[in-house]
Amino acid sequence: MQDSFAPTGFARQQMIPPAPPPVEQGGMGRRLWALFSGPLNIALTLLGVALIWAIVGAIWPWLAHSVWTAESLAQCRQITGPEVSGACWAVIRDRWSQFVFGFYPSELYWRPVLALGLFFLALGPVLLPRLPRRMLWLSVAYPGVAVWLLWGGSLWPAIWIVAGLVLGAVMLRRLPLWVVAVAVVIWMGWAVPVLSDLGAGVAPIRLTPVASDKFGGFLLSTIIGVSGIAMSLPLGIMLALARQSDLLIVRVLAVAFIETIRGVPLITLLFVASLLLNYFLPKGVTFDLILRVVIMVTIFAAAYMAEVIRGGLAALPKGQYEAADALGLDYWKAQRLVILPQALKIAIPGIVSTFIGVFKDTTLVTFVGLYDPLKGVSDAIRATTAWKGIYWEPYIFVGAVFFVFCYGMSRYSAWLERRLKRDHR
Amino acid sequence: MRRSGGLTLSRLFYDRRYRGVMIQVIVLIAVAVLGWWLVVNTLDNLAAVGKDVDFSFLWSRAGYEIGQTLIPYSQDDTHFRAAVAGLLNTLLVAVLGCVAATLVGVIAGILRLSRNWLIARLMTVYVEMFRNIPLLLWILAIFAIFTELTPPPNAYRGAEPTAHMLFNDSLALTNRYTAIPTLAMTRDPGALSSDALNISVNYAVLAFLAALFLGWRGRRAIRAWAERRQNQTGHRPLVAPWQMAVTVLPLLALWLWFEVHLEKPVLKGFNFTGGLNVSNAFVALWLALTLYTGAFIAEIVRSGILAVPKGQTEAATALGLGPWQVMRLVILPQALRVIVPPLISQYLNLTKNSSLAIAVGYLDLRGTLGGITPNQTGRELEGVLLMMLVYLGLSLLISAGMNVFNARVRLKER
Repeated sequence: MQDSFAPTGFARQQMIPPAPPPVEQGGMGRRLWALFSGPLNIALTLLGVALIWAIVGAIWPWLAHSVWTAESLAQCRQITGPEVSGACWAVIRDRWSQFVFGFYPSELYWRPVLALGLFFLALGPVLLPRLPRRMLWLSVAYPGVAVWLLWGGSLWPAIWIVAGLVLGAVMLRRLPLWVVAVAVVIWMGWAVPVLSDLGAGVAPIRLTPVASDKFGGFLLSTIIGVSGIAMSLPLGIMLALARQSDLLIVRVLAVAFIETIRGVPLITLLFVASLLLNYFLPKGVTFDLILRVVIMVTIFAAAYMAEVIRGGLAALPKGQYEAADALGLDYWKAQRLVILPQALKIAIPGIVSTFIGVFKDTTLVTFVGLYDPLKGVSDAIRATTAWKGIYWEPYIFVGAVFFVFCYGMSRYSAWLERRLKRDHR
Repeated sequence: MRRSGGLTLSRLFYDRRYRGVMIQVIVLIAVAVLGWWLVVNTLDNLAAVGKDVDFSFLWSRAGYEIGQTLIPYSQDDTHFRAAVAGLLNTLLVAVLGCVAATLVGVIAGILRLSRNWLIARLMTVYVEMFRNIPLLLWILAIFAIFTELTPPPNAYRGAEPTAHMLFNDSLALTNRYTAIPTLAMTRDPGALSSDALNISVNYAVLAFLAALFLGWRGRRAIRAWAERRQNQTGHRPLVAPWQMAVTVLPLLALWLWFEVHLEKPVLKGFNFTGGLNVSNAFVALWLALTLYTGAFIAEIVRSGILAVPKGQTEAATALGLGPWQVMRLVILPQALRVIVPPLISQYLNLTKNSSLAIAVGYLDLRGTLGGITPNQTGRELEGVLLMMLVYLGLSLLISAGMNVFNARVRLKER
């Protein structure tokens, strides 16, 4: 070992020939080897093949005999013949409008369709930063327009409510928050009904009203899901900030609220919405059932959202808070410009999985008597004589639609996460 | 000095020293007013329909049957006992669901990381399918499979039955229930029963529980002794066989003493007897909760294992640990730290999701205290609030218990 420090005077003249790769087989060979490399792997592979074989063997004959056009289950059975059982997808085609719109009047289908089209227009400025910022006003006005299109009635309340919110947002630049809040409350409580009557008297712009119990299918899921998602994010951010606040009472109240909501099943909150909310409100004040459900779903989602965002806030290094303070930013400016953009970015996967959860949970509204696509509409279809006894096709169809939406959302979040990544490139 | 003079109204809002206090006072007042408003409204509304807030309905006769209960229950019992039976049903499906979901999730999570791509793909399909489709659909679909695709009990009858029992004649799937074997004792020690509560527990069950507890304490004592020995002498004595003996032998002795055996269900007349006939509602709910939550747990386990850097495995191997020791002493403790907190919230989710039992007609807490009882007594306010309170207590209890465990596996930073 002493020699290792002595000068040796050796330098390699030619390169060593390159060594062969450690694994001989490539491509197909290696993939096969991974399946049969040991007794455990062989057993697992055989088990997997058997499982696939069993599932495909059970389902394939049924799928192979699918019937796509028929008017009733009996007709389907007639087409496939008595010996063979086949899928009867004709029910989806026959009851397509019910799956999509529930019992919405068929001559008014253009209204939800238009609302959906406008929804994508309104979503554009939010999701794509390249569009001009001024288009955000479209997004602000959208909820009012959508509610009017879907439920009908006079246009004026929607106009005045949206106008009140916009005015409030503009006033917020000059006046303190509490002045604006009081002004908005007065506007909503007093000015909106008066001005609506006035407007209706001058120019009666009306659509045929549609009652809430006519809503159903994916229309209902989308309404509840989208409004729950859209409102729970800001509410969740406020709750998360309140929970992180230095103010003891605010913090305690936020913790109590979040933990209470997270501690009970959504289904009980929906029951509160359908059974008890009328007790809690003054006599004579009644809300629409869908609105009540949306409020409950929003509150529920906001509590989960708050926890996700709190995780993002906690993951942010303390130096960021201190740096924002050092720049002389006040609390709201620091949150808006420094803290939240980073914390929300960290929390994206959790936020999106909360969104997915909200969308999936919209099926629970069936238990308060609304026609969700999964149970409400399917049961209604099964209750007819034509489609009595049809089980699998509606479930598979509705499940596939949910899968496409939820899987799409989770892929989008993975893409967004990669795109917003700023480190370790 | 002049400027720091009297306390004016504007200073309450613009001086940072007072602003925080002011905001809190305003928030507190606002919340108090809101709460008071809600209570007053509720009392007003109740008075308007001639009701009051009264919980005495809990002690009146329930008058409805519950299909499957853990404690003796009949329709002559009180609403309170119905609620307790419902709560126990909720707990039963929640506990069995958590255990099974953990098993499924751990296996699926590990297999998803397997180099065997067929198995890895299969597990990916499983996880994505269950995570992206509503739980309600799984409950309804599995229930439909059990009620629509399984034969009626009398299909198992006759010289040439059209249906056959599974697993060596021990399990029968029928369209009304699943007949499973039960454990029975030849030497029955009798039961400890309380007439006042109308509950009874077999002494053998108590004996087994005591043996389990003693075995657990024994294991710990042996390990502590081994640690002491190792600290004193530097050699670790062989503990595994002793630990095994302490755990298994008492149980085995009890098993032999009571002559415990499996009692298989047998078709008598039109129904199965001997075993236990579990309602399809319960089996479907349990299976759906297990598979649904298992998919989420699989992802948690996978990310937990991936969160342990590869260097840890290499370092442990370099220290001379074998593969099993690497897993047990190095990888698992670190992975658990990442896994446990989200796992707790999955357990909570499962417990709360068990309230979907209403979809298949399994009477749990939601079905009794929050369902039939309010319908019959007209006490929906009291019933629903009480039910929410119980769920809340259950959730807090689970998270408190699991947080204790979490504190033990957490990184001890000094």
